[in-house]
Amino acid sequence: MASIFQGVGAATSLSSSTSIETKKFHFCSRRSPSERKACFVVVRSGGVMVDGGLNRIGGRAEQLVTNAVAAKADTPAAATASKPGHELLLFEALREGLEEEMERDARVCVMGEDVGHYGGSYKVTRGLAQKYGDLRVLDTPIAENSFTGMGIGAAMMGLRPIIEGMNMGFLLLAFNQISNNCGMLHYTSGGQFKIPVVIRGPGGVGRQLGAEHSQRLESYFQSIPGIQMVACSTPYNAKGLMKAAIRSDNPVILFEHVLLYNLKERIPDEEYVLNLEEAEMVRPGEHVTILTYSRMRYHVMQAAKTLVNKGYDPEVIDIRSLKPFDLYTIGNSIKKTHRVLIVEECMRTGGIGASLTAAITENFHDYLDAPIVCLSSQDVPTPYAGTLEEWTVVQPPQIVAAVEQLCR
Amino acid sequence: MASSCLSKSKNFIYNLKFKLYLLNRTSAVTNPLFHPHLRHTISSPSSSPVRKHASYSRVNGFDRWFEPAFVGRRSHSTTSVSSDVSQLPVEPPSQQVLDFPGGKVKFTQKLIFTSNSTEERVHCYRVLDDNGQPFTDAESLEISKELAVKMYTNMVTLELMDTIFYESQRQGRISFYATTTGEEAINIASAAALNDNDFVFPQYREPGVLLWRGFSLQEFANQLFGNKYEYGKGRQMPVHYGSRKHNYITVASTVATQIPHAVGAAYSLKMEKQDSCVITYFGDGGTSTADFHAAMNFAAVMEVPVIFFCRNNGWAISTPVHEQFRSDGVVVKGKAYGVPSIRIDGNDALAIYNAVHEARKMAIKEQTPVLIEALTYRAGHHTTSDDSTRYRSIDEIEKWRGDQNPIKRFRKWIESRGWWNAVAESEYRGSVRKQVAQAIQVAERIEKPPVADMFSDVYDAPPRNLNEQEVFVRKTVKKHRQDYPSDVPL
Repeated sequence: MASIFQGVGAATSLSSSTSIETKKFHFCSRRSPSERKACFVVVRSGGVMVDGGLNRIGGRAEQLVTNAVAAKADTPAAATASKPGHELLLFEALREGLEEEMERDARVCVMGEDVGHYGGSYKVTRGLAQKYGDLRVLDTPIAENSFTGMGIGAAMMGLRPIIEGMNMGFLLLAFNQISNNCGMLHYTSGGQFKIPVVIRGPGGVGRQLGAEHSQRLESYFQSIPGIQMVACSTPYNAKGLMKAAIRSDNPVILFEHVLLYNLKERIPDEEYVLNLEEAEMVRPGEHVTILTYSRMRYHVMQAAKTLVNKGYDPEVIDIRSLKPFDLYTIGNSIKKTHRVLIVEECMRTGGIGASLTAAITENFHDYLDAPIVCLSSQDVPTPYAGTLEEWTVVQPPQIVAAVEQLCR
Repeated sequence: MASSCLSKSKNFIYNLKFKLYLLNRTSAVTNPLFHPHLRHTISSPSSSPVRKHASYSRVNGFDRWFEPAFVGRRSHSTTSVSSDVSQLPVEPPSQQVLDFPGGKVKFTQKLIFTSNSTEERVHCYRVLDDNGQPFTDAESLEISKELAVKMYTNMVTLELMDTIFYESQRQGRISFYATTTGEEAINIASAAALNDNDFVFPQYREPGVLLWRGFSLQEFANQLFGNKYEYGKGRQMPVHYGSRKHNYITVASTVATQIPHAVGAAYSLKMEKQDSCVITYFGDGGTSTADFHAAMNFAAVMEVPVIFFCRNNGWAISTPVHEQFRSDGVVVKGKAYGVPSIRIDGNDALAIYNAVHEARKMAIKEQTPVLIEALTYRAGHHTTSDDSTRYRSIDEIEKWRGDQNPIKRFRKWIESRGWWNAVAESEYRGSVRKQVAQAIQVAERIEKPPVADMFSDVYDAPPRNLNEQEVFVRKTVKKHRQDYPSDVPL
């Protein structure tokens, strides 16, 4: 257990010193929320501005500021005596994003079990019911299929609900509504009714939560046509993806991870929205492309430290967008390194890694110097015993070994 | 604390209550024992929701401004805690009543189980008798000749539409159809009692509601043939109508999934205090689903304006109601969830009209769900894929198509009022038959939606992988044109 946290701690300090942080733009000084509405930017990872690029689904990001430059000196209000921005934990970042969107758009509402006065099982909605009332932050009885259905019905009428599953695994009960209605109704109604819901919740293997509460739902949902899936992994991308998901007119499933809620990071004060279909370059490199998402990002970064010491230069990409894949970023990386390692928490059979392997093989086969290696969890229900649980999840030594094998 | 003359059990209860009281005082909102709902029930009723401002506009019912900031449905201030203190008895509590979470209950020393059924079933509200004559003491609204004739003619249109479309499936002109035979009164009379801006979440046996709202025969035919003019762009099966401008949500094949949707829609209305409600239809079979139960429960807890209309037509494909549930039908389930309910004669157009009219008023004014169980009979087959004579007797079917037929009963009534006659009947039927046949002919000839519609609307804008897939499909079709249908344009 300790190793996981070490990895997490190391990763955050690592990420704060990567190229992402230094290239963030400061363009909007502190203004009132209403003014701020008009001033935000889609930040592409690596600091490059995009203008209607190839890999974006429709004009999702509004008002792209194409002439912004890194102007820390120009904005006096932004720069404080210490580093700019504010520090918070991942669950607080989610809440901040949620709150900003609720403030901005009166149609945004939240529904789920214990999200109201209790503030949510993982505190993501803490304080919102007190601020917005218990109708807009709605406590639901225990019936996932039905409150997901409710959210869909409300969305068809113009609201923008965020449906929280207390644990992603519970959403299996809502599969019927998610697949048949959420994913399909926009299509089958001929475009007459849209379903701009956000379905979110924590998933993944936690700390001895038992098999039923350690599921990776992204495996099961990835086939549903009509939905989008994203996974957040840092406070920065958690807030940005939450906001983007709420603003999207498509149904979006936002996968959070039970063990990442207490990650701390410094995020900008200015408003920002990330691109839902974009992957994040965590660590540029030359020798091998490591594709990962959510918690495994931290295991990969921990392995990266070891690899760097051994003389390797891995390129680490947090794919973030699980459906559709950001094949643009991924492809560019493969064309550079010619070797791919996928590190995921899903099970070997039918997981995100399996689909990603297929997509890469289909699209970039000619650029590969070696077969794609995919490290996943075993096809077993997650055991309760701590040691066994640790073994079902991909650990940094395995990643190091796999890279060494790949780069021979 | 307790006086010495209390028996042990009462002492325990009193101690428990005192401890609860102490806990109540010391721990604040976060104590799970004291969910605000508990405070709500044992103190005064909740205050009305606080509203910031009431401005909103509606365009076509779908573009609305929503209330910002605070919208609540119950008070959750902590002042209710202190009021509890004053209500706490100073002497030992009565032996007969205890304040459990959820409210006071009286005790009994008798070990009695409630029976699984009552001696008498819940009575059924009816206005017209078997001969279409109103009972003298019937509680009913006066309806005008214009409305009555409109209701009747719509029922006839629905019946003819069903017959001719069904036949066209048998002739191989359309692939599938489901009739509403025997339930025409439910379809039309319930629609007549609603406003056009009340949202409808149908199952699949309620096209009459669309018909009432002005959906044309041509529009019906277009959907059945899946041609390029139909609103669903040819993506759904026949009878899966949907029309945003008529406030009728697209039918989905999944049973009862529309019921929680309706509750969610009612929730959005409640956020805005609109003068409209939501209605959802489902059959007896649908009430067995999890979605029905949870939705009823939700609607009651959230106090939203939704009408649950159950068409209890006796059959869920081949499953008769006796094998579907053992309760006294569906109406008693309303009470179980705290939803006001009524059982009505589903073959009596006036009864349906009155019940829905009243339910609508109740739902909106009191912000409550209402359950209506309409007893009727599915006189046709489940769909064109079914032959119901395999599991029920032809006599039974014939009996219900006879005098109990809702159209016949209503006709007797309007004729007795002098508003209709045999000449009008044959003229009207002849005209409608022609129109339906015409609509079919026209719809049949219109070309199908283009291949591009296979890929659009999956998302708001097609992603790269769908674009690639579309290119692939087009290439394949172009290469093997003779293997693909000729009436689907590329």
